[in-house]
Amino acid sequence: MNIVWFWTLGGMLIAYSILDGYDLGVGALHLFIARGDHERRISINAIGPVWNGNEVWLLAAGGMMVVSFPRVYASGFSGFYLALMLVLWLLILRGVSIEFRSKLESGLWRSFWDTGFWFGSFLLCLLLGVALGNVLHGLPIGPSGFFQGTFALMLNPYSLLAGVLSLVLLPWHAANYLRRKTEGELLARAERWSRVLLCLVVLLVGVMTVVTFKIRPGIFASFRSQPLFFLFPVLTVAGLVLGFFAWAPGCSRIAFAASTLTIAGLLASAAATVFPDLLVSTIRPDYSLNIYNAASSHHALVVSFIANILGMVAVALYSTYVHRTFQGKVQLGSHGY
Amino acid sequence: MGDAVIFHRIQFAFTVMFHYLFPILTMGLGFFIALLSTLHLATGKEHYAHAARFWAKIFAINFAVGVVTGIPLEFEFGTNWSRFSAFGGGVFGQALPLEGVYAFFLESGFLGLFLFGEGRVSRTLHWLAGLGVAAGSLLSGYFIVAANAWMQHPVGYVRAASGGVQLTSFWQVLLNPYAGWEFAHTINGAFVTAAYVIGGVGAFYMLSNKHIEFARLSLKMAIVAGVIVCITQAIPTGDLNSRDVVRYQPTKLAAMEGLFNTTRGAPLAIIGMPDTSRATLIDPIYVPKTLSFLAYGNFDAAVDGLSTYPKDLWPPVELTYYTYHIMVGLGTIFIAQMLIGLVLLWAGKLCTSRWFLWTMMLAFPFTYIANEAGWMVAEVGRQPWLVYGLLKTAQGTSANVAGGEALFTLLGFMGIYAMLGLLFLFLVGRVIQQGPEPASP
Repeated sequence: MNIVWFWTLGGMLIAYSILDGYDLGVGALHLFIARGDHERRISINAIGPVWNGNEVWLLAAGGMMVVSFPRVYASGFSGFYLALMLVLWLLILRGVSIEFRSKLESGLWRSFWDTGFWFGSFLLCLLLGVALGNVLHGLPIGPSGFFQGTFALMLNPYSLLAGVLSLVLLPWHAANYLRRKTEGELLARAERWSRVLLCLVVLLVGVMTVVTFKIRPGIFASFRSQPLFFLFPVLTVAGLVLGFFAWAPGCSRIAFAASTLTIAGLLASAAATVFPDLLVSTIRPDYSLNIYNAASSHHALVVSFIANILGMVAVALYSTYVHRTFQGKVQLGSHGY
Repeated sequence: MGDAVIFHRIQFAFTVMFHYLFPILTMGLGFFIALLSTLHLATGKEHYAHAARFWAKIFAINFAVGVVTGIPLEFEFGTNWSRFSAFGGGVFGQALPLEGVYAFFLESGFLGLFLFGEGRVSRTLHWLAGLGVAAGSLLSGYFIVAANAWMQHPVGYVRAASGGVQLTSFWQVLLNPYAGWEFAHTINGAFVTAAYVIGGVGAFYMLSNKHIEFARLSLKMAIVAGVIVCITQAIPTGDLNSRDVVRYQPTKLAAMEGLFNTTRGAPLAIIGMPDTSRATLIDPIYVPKTLSFLAYGNFDAAVDGLSTYPKDLWPPVELTYYTYHIMVGLGTIFIAQMLIGLVLLWAGKLCTSRWFLWTMMLAFPFTYIANEAGWMVAEVGRQPWLVYGLLKTAQGTSANVAGGEALFTLLGFMGIYAMLGLLFLFLVGRVIQQGPEPASP
C-alpha cells in the first residue's frame, strides 16, 4: 500500500505539472510571444477557463500528502518555510494578475498586470524546479525527521540547474499548448519558440542526467533492481524525439503530446531515483524519510486511497469534458479575460 | 519559543479569517444562483437568467479570491503547524484531499462551464452546471467542517506508540457527531450573508432608482429566504450546535457564557464584562435560569463553571465571551429586521419604505462579522487545545521555524491581503455599477 501511495502521489504531481505546467509556461512566455493587447488576450484566454482548475491539482496533491505521508509533509513544508511562503505569494500575484488585467481598458493597467503575471509565472517555473532539485539532492534531515532550510542550502548549483531545466521545459510545453490554441502570427511565433526551447530542453536534460549520476552514484543499481523503472527514461527520450517530429508547422497535436510525455517521463524518473525514500537525509541514510517510516497507518492508507481514487476518476472525466468544451482555437467573445 | 507560538497563531487566524470572508458568500450564493437558473429553465423568463449571470459574476470573483487565499491555509498545516500534521495528518487530514478531489474540482469545473459555456453547451447542461457549483461549494464546506470537528471532538483514532494518532475509522472521522450541527450552523450562516448581500444590492438599486425589476426580485428573494434562514440560524442549528458544545467542551461553554462558578439553575447573561482575575461577571443583566434550560432543557440543571477546571485549561475568557455575545446579539437583530421586512412585503410597502431599504443596504457587513465571530468562538474557545483533550496548541507548531520568521510572513500576508482586499472591492464595485442587464451593443 505504501508503494501504491508513493506512485499515486507521483502521479498527482505529474498531472499537476502537465496541467498547471502549460498555464505557468504561458505566463512565463507571454510577454515575449504575444504582442499587443489582442494577442495577449488570446494567450490569456487560452488558459482562462482552466487555470483555476489546474491549480486545484496542487491543492489535492498537498492534501493527499498530509493523509498518506504526514511526516514528509510536516518536515518538507516547515523546512522550506520561507521558500514556500514565497511560492504562495507568487501564486497569489499570478492569480490576481489574470483576473484583474481585463477589468480596465487602460493600457498602463494592463501592462502592469501582464508584468505581474509574467513575473509570478516565471519565478514559479524556476522555484518548482529548484524544489524538485532539492528533493533529488537530499536535505540535512536530523534524527527528529526535521531540518532547517536556508537559502544557501536551497540554492545549491544542482537545484538551480533543475530550476533552469524547469524554466525551459514548462515554457516549451506552453508553446506547444499555444500552437494548439492560436492562429496567424501568434501561432508562427509559438512554433519558433517551441523549436528553440525544444533544443534547450534536450541540452539541459542531457546535462542534468550526467550530473545526477555524479551526485547519486547508486541510481543505476536501484534502477537495475526494478527493471520497470527503465521505462521512465525511455519515455522521456521518446517524448523528446517526438518533439522533433513536430518540428514542422502544424503538427500541434504531436508537439503537445511530446512535451506531455517528456514531463511525465522526467518526473517519473526523478521519483524512481529517490524511491523508496521521499526525503533523503544528507546527514545519515537512516534519518531519511521513506515510504514506511513517514507513512500513516495501513488502515488510513487503504481507506484514503479508495476514497481519493474514486474521486480522481470523476475528476479526470469532467476535466476532460471541460477541456473538450473549450478545445480549438481561442475566439475572443464579449466576456472573457 | 513562547513568542513563536503566538505568531503562528495570529498568522493562521489572520489568513483563515481573511480567507473565510469569501466562502461565506459563495456557499450561500451558490444556492441562489441554482435557484435563479432553475426559475429561468422553468419559466423561460429572461430576467431570471440576467440575475443568475449577475450573481455568478460576483460568485466568480469571490471564488477566485477564495482559491488563492485557500491554498496558503493548506500549506500552513505543513509550514507552521508541522508537529500537528505529523501528529494527526493521517486522521484529521482525511478530509483535506477529499475537499480538493470531490468538491473543489466540481465547483471550479462547473463554474467555468457556467460562466464561459453559455451558448457552447445545451441549456439543460448549463442549468446542471449551476447546480454543480452550488453542490460543490456546500460539499467543500462540509469536508472542512469535518476536519475542524475532529479538532473539536476527536473520534475514530487510537494513540500510536510514536506519540501520534492513527486512524481506526474513516467513517467516524467523516461523520463525526460534532460535525453535523456545526456544518448546519456554518452553512446556514452563509445563507444569512448571501440573503443580506442580495437584499443589500437590491436595496441599493432601489434607492438609486436603477434596475428596478432586478431590485424588486432581489429584495423579495432576500426577505423571504432571509426570514427563514435567520430563524433557523438560531433554532435549530445554533441551539443544537451549542448542545454539542455543552456535551463535549464544557470549558468553552463556560467561557462563552462568562460562568465562573458551577450553578444550579444558571442564568443567561445578556450583557456583562467578564473579569477573569476576580472570577466574576461585572455589571451583568441576567435572564434567570435560562442557561440551564438552553443547555439541558431543564430550568434547574447544574451548569459547570470555569472554576471547576484548572486555570491552565481555561480558554481566553474575554475573547470567547465577547465574540459569542456579538454573534448572538447580531443574530437577534437580523431576525427582527427580516421580520419587519416580511411585514412590509406583506403590506406591499417594501419597495417604497426608504428607511427600511437604507437599513437593508447597510446591514450586510454585520452578517460577515457575525459569521467570523462565530468561528472565533469555536476556535478561541477550544484553546489551550489544538485537538481538544489530545494536543495543546503550543505543541503543534513547527519547532524549526523561528518566531521572527513567522512574524515576517504574517506581516507579508497582511500587506498582500490588504492589496487583495482593495482590488476585490474595486472589482465587485464595478460589477455592481455595471448592473444586471446585459450591456447594450
